Amino acid sequence: MIRVVLPHHLRKLSGTGGEVTLQIPDPPTQAGMIDALEAVYPMLFGTIRDPATQRRRPFIRFFAGEEDLSHEPPDASLPEAVAAGREPLYVVGAMAGG
Amino acid sequence: MSKVRVLVGTAKGGFVLTADGARKDWTVAGPLFGGWEVYHMAGSPADPNRLYASQSTSWFGQLIQRSDDGGSTWSTADNKFGYTGETGTHQWYDGTPHPWEFARVWHLEPSPDDPDAVYAGAEDAALFKTTDGAASWTELDGLRTHPTGPAWQPGAGGMCTHTVLINPSDPDQLHVAISAAGVFRSEDGGGTWTPSNRGLRSGGIPDADAEVGHCVHRIARHPSRPDVLFMQKHWDVMRSDDGGQSWYEISDNLPSDFGFPIVVHAHEPETVYVVPITSDSEHYPPEGKLRVYRSTTGVGDWQPLTEGLPQSNCYVNVLRDAMATDTLDKCGIYFGTTGGQVYASADAGNSWQSIARDLPRVLSVEAQTLP
Repeated sequence: MIRVVLPHHLRKLSGTGGEVTLQIPDPPTQAGMIDALEAVYPMLFGTIRDPATQRRRPFIRFFAGEEDLSHEPPDASLPEAVAAGREPLYVVGAMAGG
Repeated sequence: MSKVRVLVGTAKGGFVLTADGARKDWTVAGPLFGGWEVYHMAGSPADPNRLYASQSTSWFGQLIQRSDDGGSTWSTADNKFGYTGETGTHQWYDGTPHPWEFARVWHLEPSPDDPDAVYAGAEDAALFKTTDGAASWTELDGLRTHPTGPAWQPGAGGMCTHTVLINPSDPDQLHVAISAAGVFRSEDGGGTWTPSNRGLRSGGIPDADAEVGHCVHRIARHPSRPDVLFMQKHWDVMRSDDGGQSWYEISDNLPSDFGFPIVVHAHEPETVYVVPITSDSEHYPPEGKLRVYRSTTGVGDWQPLTEGLPQSNCYVNVLRDAMATDTLDKCGIYFGTTGGQVYASADAGNSWQSIARDLPRVLSVEAQTLP
């Protein structure tokens, strides 16, 4: 099981708390994480990844282990600590003010 | 006693305003989908408790929400707005080809007689339809793939299909309006489309009376006269008596013929309302006076309606989808502002009251008349 921390809007939309756990197939990847998230929480479909392009939305970032994984290919393996469930993967909405 | 439900979409969520038929005391509920842009909420004429909402942000994309109980509870519906086939290109702001990219749903137009059937006008300009209550959407791609499509350009707010009119006498006849392409008409339920812009003249494009390229802000009609259409264009208020095949100007004595919304009185097909805005770069009322203008002839002779509206230091705008009517007698008129006020008139515009204030920027207003 991996642990995923969702941003505020997506927590409210999915009715989840701060962290969700997901069973994802091997090898564990960002794409596999989003597939699993959308399967368990269908209301999140398309909110992290553009359904047309399959690309991460521009204002979304993936952080884990104090590293920015946002620019990793979707099929790159997640860090071992995330895959093992020791550390969560953070899905982060870009900060914006005004 | 009848009731009225006003659906208000804002830049930070949706609000539902309700009152009895007197329309004096209002209850404000919300925000729904707080923090998200709600470009539009609409109720089915065939089942007023069936509501649809377009919810989006630049962060998380597009969602569609559906309610079966008048807005008490909501559930997410299908949000797969995929363009069909090769997407092609339209013109970008600088005149270069730019691929069609789905951004959001601007407008939801439920069928007059089927709660499960809804049209969705999208940016980049396209039209989608559901016939299963938003469980799935299909693009009516004859619009986007019209031969003139590669010449369409976005307006400042994006290249959006913002208006969808269904002819109540012939549901296969549709009109859509696109900024900044113009009006298109279909006689076959959205399969094929014809530009309907003859008579429009737009100074901001190279060929002022071109077949397409006009920044039409809104079109409206009275259901009893499907061939009569009214238009608020970027500049100019226009009218058609032949279902949009040709247009003529009815701006007449308006203090400015720039504006965004236009609506028709529910019981008087020749009575039309607009909200003049100073200019294309000064998006606020002339002289800082918020005035609705009413024509009872449908061809001009506009009268200002000011009672209850701020008549000094008012610098808000009223966006294209942010004005609506109910069907009570007397007809109720509603509009929302970019300053977060919602105004209502229970006497066809003679007097107004603020029924909500300090909301986020109002993007859309719809009124439902309930038994």
